[in-house]
Order: sequence, then C-alpha cells, then structure tokens
Amino acid sequence: MNSELIVFLVLSLVAIATALGMLFSRNAVYAALFLALNFVAVAIFYLLLGAPFVAMAQITVYAGAIMVLFLFVIMLLGVKDLEPTRALPWQKPLAIALSVILAAEATYVLLAKARTTMMVASPDASLNTMESLRNLSVMLFSDYLFPFEVTSILLLVAMIGAIVLSHRNKKETK
Amino acid sequence: MVSVNYYVALSAILFSIGALGVLSRRNTLIVFMSIELMLNAANLAFVAYARTYDTFSGQIFAFFVIAIAAAEVAIGLALVVEIYKSRNNVNIDDVNSLHG
Repeated sequence: MNSELIVFLVLSLVAIATALGMLFSRNAVYAALFLALNFVAVAIFYLLLGAPFVAMAQITVYAGAIMVLFLFVIMLLGVKDLEPTRALPWQKPLAIALSVILAAEATYVLLAKARTTMMVASPDASLNTMESLRNLSVMLFSDYLFPFEVTSILLLVAMIGAIVLSHRNKKETK
Repeated sequence: MVSVNYYVALSAILFSIGALGVLSRRNTLIVFMSIELMLNAANLAFVAYARTYDTFSGQIFAFFVIAIAAAEVAIGLALVVEIYKSRNNVNIDDVNSLHG
C-alpha cells in the first residue's frame, strides 16, 4: 500500500463522512459547514490529481463565495430547524432505496465492468509550475474561448436575475 | 498510483449521497446544497479523467462547472428568499403552486 493510496482513502473517508453529515444534520448551519469541509476535501483531491488551478478555484468559489452565500441566507431567514412535514409518507424509504440502487449500479459498472485499469499518475512537482498554468490558460483562451464567453454572459444574466428577483418586492410594497 | 476507478467510484458515491439529499430532504436550502454536492462529484470525475489522459480539457470543464454553480447559487438563493417572503418557510412540500 503506497502513501498516495493512504491519502486517497483518508480523504475519501472525510469526503463521504462530511457528505453524510450534511445529509443527516437537522441544523442547516451545521449542514452548510459540513458541506464546506467536503468542498475542501475535494479541493485536496484536485491537488492530488495535479490540478492546482481547479483546486484553488474550488476553495475560493465553492468553499468561499458559495458557502458564505448559503450561510448568509440561512442566518437571514433564520430557518435552522424544520419540522418534518411530509406530503408523501413513502417518500423517504423510496428515496433511500433508489439512491442505494443508484450507488450500487454506478460502482458496479465502474469497478466490476471496467475494461480499463488505468492508473492516475502520481502528483509531481512539474505540475505545480507556471508552465502548466500557462498551458491551461492558453487552452482556455484558444480552444475554449467561445464557452468561456458564453459563461461570462451567463454570469451577467445570473447577476441581473438575482437583482431583479430581490428588487421586485420592494416596488410592490411602496 | 491510485486507479482512476477509485476516483470515479468515490464520485459516484458522492453523487448518490447528493441525489438522496435531493429526494429525501424537505428543506429547500439542504436540497440546494445536495445539488452542489452532485456538481462537485461530477467535477471530481472530470479532473480524475483529465489527469489519467494527461489533458487539460477535463480541468477546463470543471472550471466551467464551478462558474455555472456560482450563477446557479445566486439565482437559487434569490428564489429561496422570495419563497420565504411569500410563504414564511422554506419547506419544499409547500411550494406546490405557481401562484405567488
């Protein structure tokens, strides 16, 4: 058992445990903090996979901006605890059954039926250089320029949409 | 060296946990967080395969997914705040009509 596998196993335990913690915690604030920890664990996976740029984007955007937004809304609304009001009584057992089937199917297809036994290369210092970052950005601004621009328009639309959504009620109350 | 299958299996497990959250939890905010978890799981598979095939495409797609998740959260949380204003809770079972 090599050291990379040990790191992988420990991190995947953390990731799965925090995901389950998010799922089962009754308090929405705790759920958000569990999810932030999950995002950090996934960011370390990205570092292990030689993707430092994505790892840092994950930390700043997900664990930073998105989680702050979540916590802000949770505390703004003050909806920490919800009483379980279920419209469909059989929903929870069915949901658990379907999710277990989904997980079992996916892992079976991926592990038992996998034709390839490709290995992920170990992280090495050559990946964490400016050279690798430069290659990534050249590709982003040449081959993927159009999706990049579309994404920027999408972010603009989302910004305007959020402003319109939260501004509308103010006018009505005036 | 870790097999890429391990990464993809972990991604599948995280995705299933997210799907379970969407299906079983009734708090709109938790449902939202579960969607983020599913996006994250897909990203993990993207980056794992990008490393395996030694290409940057997967990383760039992961980057796009992160950007789109940010846009989605901005709109989604604005909607959650609106739902809370009109119904005074965020229970997803109560949001069953288009009438505001």
